[in-house]
Amino acid sequence: MTGISVAFGGVSALSDVSLTVEPGQVHGLIGPNGAGKTTLFNVACGLVRPDEGRIVWNGSELRRLRPSRLTRLGISRTLQGVGLFRGLTVLENVMVGAHRHAKAGFFSALFAVPTSDKDDARLRARAMTALEELDATGYATRYPDSLPYPVQKRVALARALVADPELLLLDEPASGLGEDEMHELGDLIRTLSGRMSVLLVEHHMDLVMRVCDRITVLDSGEQIAAGTPAEVQANPAVTEAYLGDEVDVATDAAALAAADGREG
Amino acid sequence: MSQPQEKTAASAGEMTSESPVEATTAANAPSGPASARRSLLPGNTLLRHLVILAVCAVGAVALLELTSPFRNSQFAVLAYYAIAAGGLTVLTGLNGQISLGHGALMAVGAYTTALLLGAEEPLPLAVVFLAAVGITLLLGAVVGVAAARLHGPYLAGATLALAVGLPGLALYYDDVLGGEQGLRVQSPRAPEWFQGFIGFVSGNNATTTKWLAYVGVICLLLTFFLLANLARSRVGRTWRAVRDEEVAAELAGIDLGAWRVLAFVVSAACAGLAGAVLGVVIRLAAPSGFTIVLSIALLTAIVIGGLGSLLGALLGSALLVFLPPFVTNLGADLGLNNTEAAQLAPFIYGVVLIIVMIAAPAGFVGTIRLRWLQARGKRAARTAQG
Repeated sequence: MTGISVAFGGVSALSDVSLTVEPGQVHGLIGPNGAGKTTLFNVACGLVRPDEGRIVWNGSELRRLRPSRLTRLGISRTLQGVGLFRGLTVLENVMVGAHRHAKAGFFSALFAVPTSDKDDARLRARAMTALEELDATGYATRYPDSLPYPVQKRVALARALVADPELLLLDEPASGLGEDEMHELGDLIRTLSGRMSVLLVEHHMDLVMRVCDRITVLDSGEQIAAGTPAEVQANPAVTEAYLGDEVDVATDAAALAAADGREG
Repeated sequence: MSQPQEKTAASAGEMTSESPVEATTAANAPSGPASARRSLLPGNTLLRHLVILAVCAVGAVALLELTSPFRNSQFAVLAYYAIAAGGLTVLTGLNGQISLGHGALMAVGAYTTALLLGAEEPLPLAVVFLAAVGITLLLGAVVGVAAARLHGPYLAGATLALAVGLPGLALYYDDVLGGEQGLRVQSPRAPEWFQGFIGFVSGNNATTTKWLAYVGVICLLLTFFLLANLARSRVGRTWRAVRDEEVAAELAGIDLGAWRVLAFVVSAACAGLAGAVLGVVIRLAAPSGFTIVLSIALLTAIVIGGLGSLLGALLGSALLVFLPPFVTNLGADLGLNNTEAAQLAPFIYGVVLIIVMIAAPAGFVGTIRLRWLQARGKRAARTAQG
């Protein structure tokens, strides 16, 4: 993605942001609240159309990108909430994720031609493999609302993985997870990077610093830093964005004392 | 990430909530291979549904031969209501689109049948029905394209316009469509083989009424067979996914618009067939038969039965057809005069509707399925503990 700019009714959400995810790398996207991380994500999957800039995927430019084309391009995405289908079992949820691998069409389903059944059994096998990878096969017949939040997150991840993407977009995968679960998630993401590239939006710094190969930092819609975790951590602009302006302790104390004196 | 094995006594309470939380989805069985439970029926969809179809066909013949001609005609009415309700439950229950225009779509089927059967040399009944389905399907595709862009109350409003506006065409083109009086439908007589069949099965009189009841029931069984195939397949699953979470479905590679239009087209085709059956059973296609009341009656039928369930659509339609005459008779027996007894029927229907919505918001089928899922959850929890 190069030179992406987005404005919502005159309010600039992103201005001239560029980002490249290298094959097999985990790329982190961080920034304070409202920095435009999710907007950039939505641009990447066609939910938001950029006002300026180009998206290039595997050497060809994506024009008029639509979300429903995404999986066919080999891109999967998880949502910030879990976004599971409430009326479908866990297994069915994941099978929907395998939509792009389905071959049997409407008429074979209408007349229940055996190929339709076989095709569905194939999707089921794929879905079970994905659930197995995330250690969630035990929940296959359950409905999402009856499951604890971390399990729902795993199911959502399985639904994204079952499409066999080349690029996986993870939107805050660690939100709502405990310490241990986050650790396991980190290991999982590292394993996945052997098979696919990952673009990760996340608030939890320790997770991002641990799993990412490269990091892009956004603040107020602008890119303020990019590089390896170590480079980003050392960048003063990043600290400033997260913690506010650098504070001179001595002057601050003096000002405080002066204020106290006036009151007393 | 917690392991499934960790879910023992401490969290066993959670296992009881093994059901979908939303009442509206309670009546949907999972798609075929996704339901891994054991069953007496074959797992293969075609075999499974053919077995059910055969059993239902035998049951239907027995039912029609053991009941009076009057009941036969009631079953014919039930057949067209259930066909339309089955189509609507796929649209509303599985795909989440509401339609108040299905009465109007039925009118298209009925008028097509009336016109084609009124010709000098009428085509075979099956061809006429297919034509009625085809024309309604085309209209359904046009409406569906518009509907796919609308949601909730807006969609209800747009389809309401269809329900109100379309019968008006019959008044405007009264030279072809017969105006307020409507068109008489030349109902076909029972063919030779049917008389032989009835003589062989029961020795009853093979009247035209009986033939029409059989036509209705055959259409009903075929429609439900095809709809059940769809609901059990990936198609049904995809429709439900679109209903539950639009963005997630889109990200899974589903073209929302195309799948919505597909649901509308399938549903419209059913409404067209229902209209065609209605035409030959009532022997009249008139605007007064396709008012908004018909559309709303269909909606209440599928809600009472359980949204998204074909069995529910059938049960809801049965209530619609059998309850009013039952109540009227009961009223007459209790000493009410004819007018009062006739007025009692809609009142009782309304009361039943309210009671069902309070006591069983998921409809007949949905409520039973919820109970069953909860029982299964409790069993699973017990085994987990013991």
